Amino acid sequence: MITKMTVTNIHVLDQDSAYDFYVNKLGFILVDDIPMGPDSRWLTVSPPDQPDLQLVLFPVKESKMFPKETAETLTRLIRQGIFGCGVLTCNDIFATYEELKAKGVEFIKPPTKEFYGTEALFKDDSGNFFSLQPLNNFNREA
Amino acid sequence: MNPAQEYPKVYLYRRIVQAKLFIDAHYADKIDLDNISDEAYFSKYHFIRLFKTVYGKTPHQYLKATRIEKAKQLLRQGNTVSDACFEVGFDSLSSFSGLFKRMVGQPASAYAAHYQQRQDQKAKTPLAFVPGCYAYQHGWTENSNFEETEPHPAG
Repeated sequence: MITKMTVTNIHVLDQDSAYDFYVNKLGFILVDDIPMGPDSRWLTVSPPDQPDLQLVLFPVKESKMFPKETAETLTRLIRQGIFGCGVLTCNDIFATYEELKAKGVEFIKPPTKEFYGTEALFKDDSGNFFSLQPLNNFNREA
Repeated sequence: MNPAQEYPKVYLYRRIVQAKLFIDAHYADKIDLDNISDEAYFSKYHFIRLFKTVYGKTPHQYLKATRIEKAKQLLRQGNTVSDACFEVGFDSLSSFSGLFKRMVGQPASAYAAHYQQRQDQKAKTPLAFVPGCYAYQHGWTENSNFEETEPHPAG
Protein backbone atom coordinates (compact mmCIF):
# COMPACT_ATOMS: atom_id res chain seq x y z
CA MET A 1 0.00 0.00 0.00
CA ILE A 2 1.49 3.28 -1.10
CA THR A 3 0.96 6.01 1.48
CA LYS A 4 2.93 9.12 0.56
CA MET A 5 5.16 10.90 -1.89
CA THR A 6 8.38 11.80 -0.15
CA VAL A 7 10.84 12.66 -2.93
CA THR A 8 10.18 14.24 -6.29
CA ASN A 9 12.14 16.17 -8.92
CA ILE A 10 12.28 19.72 -10.12
CA HIS A 11 14.50 19.89 -13.18
CA VAL A 12 16.68 22.99 -12.94
CA LEU A 13 19.27 24.53 -15.23
CA ASP A 14 21.70 25.69 -12.53
CA GLN A 15 21.86 24.25 -9.03
CA ASP A 16 23.50 27.33 -7.41
CA SER A 17 20.91 29.66 -8.81
CA ALA A 18 18.09 27.22 -7.96
CA TYR A 19 19.36 27.01 -4.37
CA ASP A 20 19.20 30.78 -4.10
CA PHE A 21 15.74 30.90 -5.63
CA TYR A 22 14.11 28.13 -3.59
CA VAL A 23 15.81 28.89 -0.26
CA ASN A 24 16.29 32.67 -0.28
CA LYS A 25 13.29 33.75 -2.32
CA LEU A 26 10.62 31.08 -1.79
CA GLY A 27 11.76 30.37 1.78
CA PHE A 28 12.11 26.60 1.37
CA ILE A 29 14.25 24.69 3.87
CA LEU A 30 17.51 23.17 2.68
CA VAL A 31 17.47 19.44 3.47
CA ASP A 32 20.60 18.03 1.83
CA ASP A 33 23.49 19.44 -0.11
CA ILE A 34 25.88 16.54 -0.48
CA PRO A 35 28.80 16.64 -2.91
CA MET A 36 28.82 13.60 -5.17
CA GLY A 37 32.13 13.77 -6.93
CA PRO A 38 33.16 16.52 -9.32
CA ASP A 39 30.37 18.76 -10.72
CA SER A 40 27.67 16.85 -8.97
CA ARG A 41 25.66 17.37 -5.83
CA TRP A 42 22.56 15.93 -4.23
CA LEU A 43 20.54 19.06 -3.50
CA THR A 44 17.10 18.83 -1.91
CA VAL A 45 14.71 21.31 -0.30
CA SER A 46 11.37 21.08 1.51
CA PRO A 47 8.42 23.43 1.78
CA PRO A 48 8.68 24.96 5.30
CA ASP A 49 5.63 23.18 6.72
CA GLN A 50 6.17 19.90 4.91
CA PRO A 51 9.46 18.38 6.00
CA ASP A 52 8.53 14.92 4.73
CA LEU A 53 8.47 16.05 1.09
CA GLN A 54 11.91 16.53 -0.45
CA LEU A 55 12.15 18.31 -3.77
CA VAL A 56 15.28 17.29 -5.62
CA LEU A 57 16.75 20.26 -7.49
CA PHE A 58 17.81 18.03 -10.31
CA PRO A 59 20.39 19.49 -12.70
CA VAL A 60 19.69 19.25 -16.41
CA LYS A 61 23.05 18.99 -18.12
CA GLU A 62 24.89 16.49 -20.23
CA SER A 63 25.58 13.53 -17.95
CA LYS A 64 25.19 9.79 -17.66
CA MET A 65 21.46 10.40 -17.32
CA PHE A 66 21.08 12.91 -20.11
CA PRO A 67 22.81 12.43 -23.44
CA LYS A 68 23.81 15.74 -25.03
CA GLU A 69 20.75 15.99 -27.26
CA THR A 70 18.35 15.17 -24.43
CA ALA A 71 19.95 17.77 -22.16
CA GLU A 72 19.73 20.40 -24.88
CA THR A 73 16.10 19.64 -25.71
CA LEU A 74 15.10 19.60 -22.06
CA THR A 75 16.93 22.88 -21.43
CA ARG A 76 15.11 24.52 -24.32
CA LEU A 77 11.71 23.29 -23.14
CA ILE A 78 12.30 24.39 -19.55
CA ARG A 79 13.40 27.86 -20.73
CA GLN A 80 10.26 28.07 -22.84
CA GLY A 81 8.22 27.55 -19.68
CA ILE A 82 6.63 24.29 -20.86
CA PHE A 83 6.84 22.55 -17.50
CA GLY A 84 4.58 23.22 -14.57
CA CYS A 85 5.77 21.79 -11.26
CA GLY A 86 2.49 21.88 -9.36
CA VAL A 87 0.53 23.89 -6.87
CA LEU A 88 2.16 25.61 -3.89
CA THR A 89 -0.17 26.65 -1.11
CA CYS A 90 0.04 29.60 1.25
CA ASN A 91 -2.02 31.13 4.04
CA ASP A 92 -2.60 34.46 2.40
CA ILE A 93 -2.15 34.67 -1.34
CA PHE A 94 -2.11 38.48 -1.52
CA ALA A 95 0.61 38.85 1.10
CA THR A 96 2.62 36.01 -0.41
CA TYR A 97 2.29 37.57 -3.86
CA GLU A 98 3.48 40.97 -2.60
CA GLU A 99 6.41 39.42 -0.76
CA LEU A 100 7.62 37.25 -3.62
CA LYS A 101 7.23 40.12 -6.05
CA ALA A 102 9.29 42.33 -3.71
CA LYS A 103 11.98 39.63 -3.82
CA GLY A 104 12.05 39.70 -7.61
CA VAL A 105 10.04 36.56 -8.40
CA GLU A 106 8.56 36.74 -11.91
CA PHE A 107 4.78 36.35 -11.96
CA ILE A 108 2.93 35.26 -15.10
CA LYS A 109 -0.41 35.97 -13.46
CA PRO A 110 -1.20 38.07 -10.34
CA PRO A 111 -3.75 36.73 -7.85
CA THR A 112 -6.88 36.25 -9.93
CA LYS A 113 -10.29 34.89 -9.05
CA GLU A 114 -10.98 31.67 -10.93
CA PHE A 115 -14.01 29.43 -10.60
CA TYR A 116 -12.05 27.18 -8.22
CA GLY A 117 -10.65 30.01 -6.13
CA THR A 118 -7.87 32.59 -6.27
CA GLU A 119 -4.70 31.70 -8.13
CA ALA A 120 -1.42 33.32 -9.15
CA LEU A 121 1.26 31.85 -11.43
CA PHE A 122 4.98 32.41 -11.14
CA LYS A 123 8.18 31.05 -12.67
CA ASP A 124 11.27 29.71 -10.97
CA ASP A 125 14.74 30.84 -12.04
CA SER A 126 14.91 28.12 -14.72
CA GLY A 127 11.50 28.75 -16.28
CA ASN A 128 9.39 26.09 -14.53
CA PHE A 129 6.03 27.49 -13.49
CA PHE A 130 4.09 27.03 -10.28
CA SER A 131 0.54 27.79 -9.33
CA LEU A 132 0.22 29.66 -6.05
CA GLN A 133 -3.05 29.14 -4.22
CA PRO A 134 -4.50 29.66 -0.76
CA LEU A 135 -5.01 26.50 1.30
CA ASN A 136 -8.77 26.60 1.06
CA ASN A 137 -9.00 26.38 -2.75
CA PHE A 138 -10.66 23.15 -3.94
CA ASN A 139 -12.27 22.91 -0.50
CA ARG A 140 -9.02 21.82 1.06
CA GLU A 141 -9.13 22.17 4.77
CA ALA A 142 -7.64 25.44 5.85
CA MET B 1 -3.41 43.97 -15.68
CA ASN B 2 -2.91 45.92 -12.51
CA PRO B 3 -3.12 43.65 -9.49
CA ALA B 4 -4.43 46.59 -7.49
CA GLN B 5 -7.67 46.18 -9.40
CA GLU B 6 -7.74 42.45 -8.78
CA TYR B 7 -7.97 42.53 -5.02
CA PRO B 8 -9.04 45.07 -2.50
CA LYS B 9 -6.78 46.89 -0.08
CA VAL B 10 -3.58 46.15 -1.93
CA TYR B 11 -1.88 49.04 -0.09
CA LEU B 12 -2.74 47.35 3.17
CA TYR B 13 -1.11 44.11 2.13
CA ARG B 14 1.96 45.95 0.91
CA ARG B 15 2.39 47.60 4.31
CA ILE B 16 2.00 44.33 6.22
CA VAL B 17 4.50 42.67 3.89
CA GLN B 18 6.90 45.62 4.32
CA ALA B 19 6.74 45.10 8.06
CA LYS B 20 7.45 41.40 7.68
CA LEU B 21 10.41 42.11 5.40
CA PHE B 22 11.59 44.72 7.93
CA ILE B 23 11.69 42.01 10.61
CA ASP B 24 13.48 39.64 8.20
CA ALA B 25 16.15 42.28 7.55
CA HIS B 26 16.54 43.68 11.09
CA TYR B 27 15.81 40.74 13.41
CA ALA B 28 19.33 41.03 14.86
CA ASP B 29 18.91 44.70 15.80
CA LYS B 30 17.15 46.07 18.84
CA ILE B 31 13.82 46.39 17.08
CA ASP B 32 10.56 46.38 18.96
CA LEU B 33 6.93 46.61 18.07
CA ASP B 34 7.03 50.39 17.79
CA ASN B 35 9.71 50.25 15.09
CA ILE B 36 7.75 47.59 13.31
CA SER B 37 4.37 49.27 13.39
CA ASP B 38 6.03 52.58 12.46
CA GLU B 39 7.40 50.76 9.46
CA ALA B 40 3.88 49.76 8.47
CA TYR B 41 2.35 53.18 9.34
CA PHE B 42 -0.35 51.62 11.50
CA SER B 43 -1.56 52.12 15.00
CA LYS B 44 0.03 49.41 17.10
CA TYR B 45 -3.07 47.37 17.91
CA HIS B 46 -4.57 47.49 14.46
CA PHE B 47 -1.22 46.45 13.07
CA ILE B 48 -0.83 43.46 15.43
CA ARG B 49 -4.26 42.21 14.49
CA LEU B 50 -3.67 42.51 10.73
CA PHE B 51 -0.22 40.95 10.95
CA LYS B 52 -1.60 38.00 12.86
CA THR B 53 -4.41 37.52 10.36
CA VAL B 54 -1.91 37.33 7.52
CA TYR B 55 0.96 35.39 9.14
CA GLY B 56 -0.76 33.44 11.91
CA LYS B 57 1.66 34.96 14.47
CA THR B 58 1.88 38.34 16.15
CA PRO B 59 4.87 40.45 15.03
CA HIS B 60 6.57 39.68 18.34
CA GLN B 61 6.04 35.93 17.95
CA TYR B 62 7.27 36.19 14.37
CA LEU B 63 10.40 38.10 15.45
CA LYS B 64 11.19 35.44 18.07
CA ALA B 65 10.64 32.63 15.57
CA THR B 66 12.86 34.37 13.02
CA ARG B 67 15.65 34.82 15.56
CA ILE B 68 15.50 31.17 16.57
CA GLU B 69 15.51 30.04 12.91
CA LYS B 70 18.57 32.19 12.23
CA ALA B 71 20.24 30.86 15.38
CA LYS B 72 19.66 27.31 14.12
CA GLN B 73 21.31 28.27 10.87
CA LEU B 74 24.33 29.74 12.70
CA LEU B 75 24.64 26.64 14.87
CA ARG B 76 24.55 24.46 11.76
CA GLN B 77 27.38 26.54 10.36
CA GLY B 78 29.46 25.69 13.41
CA ASN B 79 29.04 28.82 15.56
CA THR B 80 29.05 28.45 19.34
CA VAL B 81 25.79 28.72 21.24
CA SER B 82 26.71 32.08 22.74
CA ASP B 83 27.81 33.48 19.36
CA ALA B 84 24.50 32.39 17.84
CA CYS B 85 22.59 33.91 20.76
CA PHE B 86 24.11 37.39 20.49
CA GLU B 87 24.31 37.37 16.68
CA VAL B 88 20.53 37.07 16.39
CA GLY B 89 19.79 39.87 18.83
CA PHE B 90 19.35 38.31 22.27
CA ASP B 91 20.74 40.11 25.31
CA SER B 92 21.01 37.15 27.60
CA LEU B 93 22.15 33.61 27.07
CA SER B 94 19.61 32.24 29.51
CA SER B 95 16.60 33.78 27.78
CA PHE B 96 17.94 32.54 24.43
CA SER B 97 18.55 29.04 25.74
CA GLY B 98 15.12 28.83 27.33
CA LEU B 99 13.34 30.02 24.21
CA PHE B 100 15.43 27.78 21.94
CA LYS B 101 14.58 24.72 23.96
CA ARG B 102 10.89 25.60 24.06
CA MET B 103 10.64 26.24 20.34
CA VAL B 104 12.99 23.60 18.95
CA GLY B 105 12.41 20.88 21.53
CA GLN B 106 16.05 20.39 22.47
CA PRO B 107 18.84 22.53 23.91
CA ALA B 108 20.90 24.54 21.43
CA SER B 109 24.08 22.58 22.17
CA ALA B 110 22.31 19.26 21.57
CA TYR B 111 20.82 20.59 18.35
CA ALA B 112 24.28 21.59 17.10
CA ALA B 113 25.85 18.27 18.11
CA HIS B 114 23.10 16.26 16.45
CA TYR B 115 23.39 18.24 13.24
CA GLN B 116 27.16 17.84 13.17
CA GLN B 117 26.83 14.12 13.68
CA ARG B 118 24.44 13.86 10.69
CA GLN B 119 26.84 15.91 8.58
CA ASP B 120 29.70 13.58 9.46
CA GLN B 121 27.57 10.60 8.46
CA LYS B 122 26.67 12.27 5.17
CA ALA B 123 30.31 12.93 4.41
CA LYS B 124 31.26 9.36 5.24
CA THR B 125 28.41 7.51 3.56
CA PRO B 126 26.71 9.96 1.19
CA LEU B 127 24.89 7.21 -0.68
CA ALA B 128 23.05 6.24 2.48
CA PHE B 129 21.20 9.55 2.15
CA VAL B 130 20.30 9.35 -1.53
CA PRO B 131 17.55 7.10 -2.90
CA GLY B 132 19.23 4.27 -4.82
CA CYS B 133 17.47 4.96 -8.10
CA TYR B 134 18.90 8.48 -8.24
CA ALA B 135 22.39 7.35 -7.34
CA TYR B 136 22.26 4.66 -9.99
CA GLN B 137 20.97 6.95 -12.73
CA HIS B 138 23.60 9.55 -11.98
CA GLY B 139 26.32 6.94 -12.07
CA TRP B 140 27.30 7.70 -8.48
CA THR B 141 27.23 4.04 -7.52
CA GLU B 142 30.07 3.39 -9.99
CA ASN B 143 32.30 5.85 -8.23
CA SER B 144 34.46 3.77 -5.96
CA ASN B 145 35.03 6.73 -3.61
CA PHE B 146 31.51 6.31 -2.36
CA GLU B 147 31.58 2.59 -1.81
CA GLU B 148 33.90 2.30 1.14
CA THR B 149 31.37 1.49 3.78
CA GLU B 150 28.25 0.14 2.17
CA PRO B 151 28.26 -2.13 -0.86
CA HIS B 152 25.23 -1.32 -3.00
CA PRO B 153 22.85 -4.13 -3.94
CA ALA B 154 24.04 -4.35 -7.55
CA GLY B 155 27.66 -4.50 -6.41
